[in-house]
Amino acid sequence: MDLYVIGVVLLPLIGFLINGILWDKNNRIVSGTIASACVAGSFVLSIIIFLSVRAASVGERSFLIHFYDWIHVDALKVPMAFLIDPLSSIMCLLVTGVGLLIHIFSIGYMDEEKRPAKYFAFLNLFIFNMLILVLGSSLLTTFIGWEGVGLCSYLLIGYWFEDSKKADAGLKAFLTNRIGDAGFLVGLFFLYKLFGTLNYQDLNVLALSFNSPESLGLLTAGLLGIFIGVCGKSAQIPLYVWLPDAMAGPTPVSALIHAATMVTAGLFVMIRLSNLIILSPTAMAVIATVGALTALIAAIIGTCQWDIKKILAYSTVSQLGYMVLAAGVGAFGGSLFHVLTHAFFKALMFLGAGSIIHALHHEQDIRKMGGLKKTMPITAITFTIGWIAIIGIPPFAGFFSKDEILWSAWAGEHGHFLLWFMGWAAAGLTAFYMTRLMVLTFWTPSRSEHKAHESSPLMTIPLVCLAVLAIFGGLLGIPEVISHGLGIHIPHFLNEWLDEVAYIHVIHGKVSHEIILMLLSVGIAVFGAIAAFLLYGKHQDTRERIVSKAPKFFELVSEKFYVDELYEKMILKPLRLLSESLWKDVDQKFIDGAVNGSNTSIKKLGQGLAAVQNGFFQNYLLFMIVGLIAILTVFVRYI
Amino acid sequence: MTDLLSFFQVSLNHYLALGLILFTLGLAGVFIRKNLIVILMCLELMLNAVNLIFVAFSHYQGIPLGQVYVFFIMTVAAAEAGVGLAIAISIYKRFGTIKMDLLTALKG
Repeated sequence: MDLYVIGVVLLPLIGFLINGILWDKNNRIVSGTIASACVAGSFVLSIIIFLSVRAASVGERSFLIHFYDWIHVDALKVPMAFLIDPLSSIMCLLVTGVGLLIHIFSIGYMDEEKRPAKYFAFLNLFIFNMLILVLGSSLLTTFIGWEGVGLCSYLLIGYWFEDSKKADAGLKAFLTNRIGDAGFLVGLFFLYKLFGTLNYQDLNVLALSFNSPESLGLLTAGLLGIFIGVCGKSAQIPLYVWLPDAMAGPTPVSALIHAATMVTAGLFVMIRLSNLIILSPTAMAVIATVGALTALIAAIIGTCQWDIKKILAYSTVSQLGYMVLAAGVGAFGGSLFHVLTHAFFKALMFLGAGSIIHALHHEQDIRKMGGLKKTMPITAITFTIGWIAIIGIPPFAGFFSKDEILWSAWAGEHGHFLLWFMGWAAAGLTAFYMTRLMVLTFWTPSRSEHKAHESSPLMTIPLVCLAVLAIFGGLLGIPEVISHGLGIHIPHFLNEWLDEVAYIHVIHGKVSHEIILMLLSVGIAVFGAIAAFLLYGKHQDTRERIVSKAPKFFELVSEKFYVDELYEKMILKPLRLLSESLWKDVDQKFIDGAVNGSNTSIKKLGQGLAAVQNGFFQNYLLFMIVGLIAILTVFVRYI
Repeated sequence: MTDLLSFFQVSLNHYLALGLILFTLGLAGVFIRKNLIVILMCLELMLNAVNLIFVAFSHYQGIPLGQVYVFFIMTVAAAEAGVGLAIAISIYKRFGTIKMDLLTALKG
């Protein structure tokens, strides 16, 4: 097992080194194949690890692979070790599996690139860091990967760095994440202060025996600190602003990093710490509220965007909100379930969008698309599958995971009607904006200047694979109500699988309630979909009439509630003013003044003294005599 | 009467005062005068002021050693005058003048 784990992690690193060193050999096929092969190897090893974890008996599925002691200072002991358990093994599968498909897709997508080797090198480096994040046995080891994926995200968003706007988007992502990371670190300090360890296994053991109400405040503070980090990485209010801008990067990158894997890192950490989170009702309430609000607000913004990638980006933010909501109401299994299904259908949709953008010569405005159903049949079919999955129509993947979250928000111990309502409304809005996207890109007549064509098999095969996953991914966690209703008992695989490493609490409520809620969520999804279908299809005039009734509101939404402008005014501008005054007043006037002042004063003194040395020897003689007299005086008087 | 006589009698202090005056005159000359020859003369004056004080002490204390020193000093002064004049000639050859306020080659 040790060798497999090392292989899983090191293969992408090797790929990174090969492509990184061969930067001048810019052959897309060669570097793409190297990168994909490395990830493929990693994927195969992940499968082996997953199977061997599965083969172990229940309760003994955690394996600690210890390499060496990384930090050993006084009581702080951080080993460099990997923790193989049900959670990390399934995340490994996700990262390498989806990663592999996206690598393959990239070979087709990046066909006009000048520096493909660099691109693939970064992509491999990302996989490497993500695996460290997932496999790390302590919060600090995870933090290495956490920072590493942040770096790769920055590098890949700004991949087309010649365009300063794209480079700025990378910078924005990096800086916003920095704020979150600071919170994450503070959270680490609190947890260390409280528990004296950062290892997940120890933390989980200590959490089970935790019963000191007086240190609950410290625990809550630590968890909220970590949650700030989660807000940054998983794009929650108020730090979500970087994710829509991150769409400046190549589309496969958006699919891999900004939809399927990196942004779910925050959820991963929360599931890892689920036994701690469940102890603090305050932290749970904050997490659930932030998640629900993010789900709703991002969905609202998504309805008024025109850029296909921006729509998907806000959709991602909204879906991440669902996952955080799930964690906040104690449904950590549901959270991971949605991480997985969302990774499938959102990666699918992003890659589909990539396929479209590629075919339309980098046109991203959905108003200039249309009619792609005929010209790009495979993309259209797979995209449609993703669409059904995300809006939550059974039996596609999205339905099960979203339903589990909504059910927990309603009936869970930490749930609340309002949380459920926000999630439910967001589900309707999701259906609305996604259908709007489908109508404008695929089903209405073409408005494009370019003649679209179906993409190469390199791009369509990953789409098909992801589509299959998007259809069947839901089978990982079929709710009891349905399986019992069908008269067969299908175990909820995911919850049973996670039971020994995370807090899993299956809610048994009234069956009738659960079924009514399911019908309600499917109902609002269908309603949203039909509304969008009509408003953007036949009844455009009705839509315009609605918009003209409240133009202010729609402007507000399409301008994303002016959040960026607000941050600019409230935070960035004062910060810039402060920095400028520090620069001009403190640094230039005071510090530089002191430094230059000492320089000029010495210089002045030197000039003054130089006047003494005027070349007249009688002057020198005078000084000598005066000095002699002074010395003699001192001798005579005092000695 | 004896007081008056002793008042007019030349005492050690008189010699010392004269020596001091001569020495100060010489020193002032060294500082102020511009001509190198005059400066050398002033140096001689200073030396001789010292000589005077040596002889005076020697006489009043009855120790002849001071007078022996004076001989040596006179010899050295003669040699010094020779060297000084030689330098003066060299300076004149090199710079064309022996006015010390024009010679500022030592200026830093």
